[in-house]
Amino acid sequence: MLRLENVRKTFLYKNAKGKESTKVAVDNMNLRIDDGEIFGLLGPNGAGKTTIIKMLTMLSRPTKGNIYYGKLNTRNDAQAIKKLIGVVPQHINFDQDLTVGENMQLHGRLHHMPRKDREQCISEMLRYVELSERVNDSVRALSGGMKRRLLIVRALMHKPSILFLDEPTVALDPQVRRRIWDLIRKMHKAGVTIVLTTHYIEEAEALCDRVAIINKGKLIALDTPKALQEKIGSYAVEWDKENGEREFKIFHSKEQAKAFANNLSQQNILRRRSNLEDVFVELTGRKVNS
Amino acid sequence: MLKHRMIKFILSRMVAPILYLVAFGWGLGRSINTGSGSYLDFLVPGILALNSMNIAFNSLSPLHGERVYHKSIEEYFTAPINPLSFVIGKILAAILRGMISSAIIIVLAYLFGANFMITPLFLLVLILNCAIFAEIGFYAAMTIDSYEDMGRFNTYILMPMSFLCGTFFSPDKLPKLFYYFIHALPLTHTSLLLREIGRGAPPELLSVLVLLLYTAVCFWLCARVTKKAQQ
Repeated sequence: MLRLENVRKTFLYKNAKGKESTKVAVDNMNLRIDDGEIFGLLGPNGAGKTTIIKMLTMLSRPTKGNIYYGKLNTRNDAQAIKKLIGVVPQHINFDQDLTVGENMQLHGRLHHMPRKDREQCISEMLRYVELSERVNDSVRALSGGMKRRLLIVRALMHKPSILFLDEPTVALDPQVRRRIWDLIRKMHKAGVTIVLTTHYIEEAEALCDRVAIINKGKLIALDTPKALQEKIGSYAVEWDKENGEREFKIFHSKEQAKAFANNLSQQNILRRRSNLEDVFVELTGRKVNS
Repeated sequence: MLKHRMIKFILSRMVAPILYLVAFGWGLGRSINTGSGSYLDFLVPGILALNSMNIAFNSLSPLHGERVYHKSIEEYFTAPINPLSFVIGKILAAILRGMISSAIIIVLAYLFGANFMITPLFLLVLILNCAIFAEIGFYAAMTIDSYEDMGRFNTYILMPMSFLCGTFFSPDKLPKLFYYFIHALPLTHTSLLLREIGRGAPPELLSVLVLLLYTAVCFWLCARVTKKAQQ
């Protein structure tokens, strides 16, 4: 089990006039992530999701508060925790001068894997993501989707029990995105706990057992996607406003939504189930992708 | 792939020192009187010092890109390795490159007809010089934020040192104030030591101590900046 207790992260930054100020990136965060679940951190760009992942993966230290992996604390037990986790960063962070196989070898060596295990694991992992034939190619020669798949299996090489994925499908086309989702589901079935950040609503809905909605560094909601939708109401009615923007209203019953829609005189009226985007807008007054 | 990268890296950075050797040593050097031996014999230790400095420093300048742009450094920082292993590994790789390129210069210098002795202390001084500038390169790559500033470091720090620290002429000929400033820099001590050892004269132990002190202090700074970067 992974716990964040009163975690706060602040950064010092200089404004255009050179005056130093403090920016709060994560504010008093309390979270619990259970073994074996797919846990999503959902929020717009700049909400603090990547900062949370960086603190969880020890690339950054909380200004205040503690992070526990079971009884292990990130402040004192970093080396032991690093053996338990795999990290798929948002950036494609391969050594660009190395081949696919050499990047995998490097990862295995950094995680103290014996040579024989390394060779076997690389061959299995590359087969798993259909990249076996690219083992001697430079990573520069791979497509965006191939690089993402390679990043994920590289993080799995040392058999971590928790995998962190920071925006795993950002900038990928829908077809590749679905392949990555399948890969994540397979890993989950194999018993890996998965923590992912995303600003794609459909990704959080499709993959996550529970979702934490983050806005401006604060946790504003935490539950299963279904429970979050039910809290605000499961039915939505959308329509075009006079200025061309879309407006929507949420209802707890289908009948209420239907009656409201029937009384509307506006264009392009749509009745649908509510989603996590609606939850986010209801809670923050702005869109996730804004 | 790594071997290919190393060969490319070393070859591209050896053009300048080889040209110095040809132009100043072989060509212009024939007409320069140093008072003791040929100018080529005087020049070779200086070229070795500046070449090992450049190769060691520039071996670690890509670390800047790994940290700021590609973020591949995060792969090391999320692995269960001691931060010191990372520092030591990077510095040893830069020392190796510096020593390989020095070996090539030594062979070429002998082919050009230079006379100098290679002793274990001569090699130790070269290793220390590589270590110091690898550490400076590491520290710069871990602290400087822009590519432009990395380039400026080369232009404003390494380039003047290449020419002024006893490489092409003796620092004794410089004005007094400048002389003291130049003697505070490690490359001067490397050039002087390599020249003394190369011609069989007893080495200045103070210079060896200065190099050892620089190596230790710079390593401490590298270890500190790496720990800080991980946090």
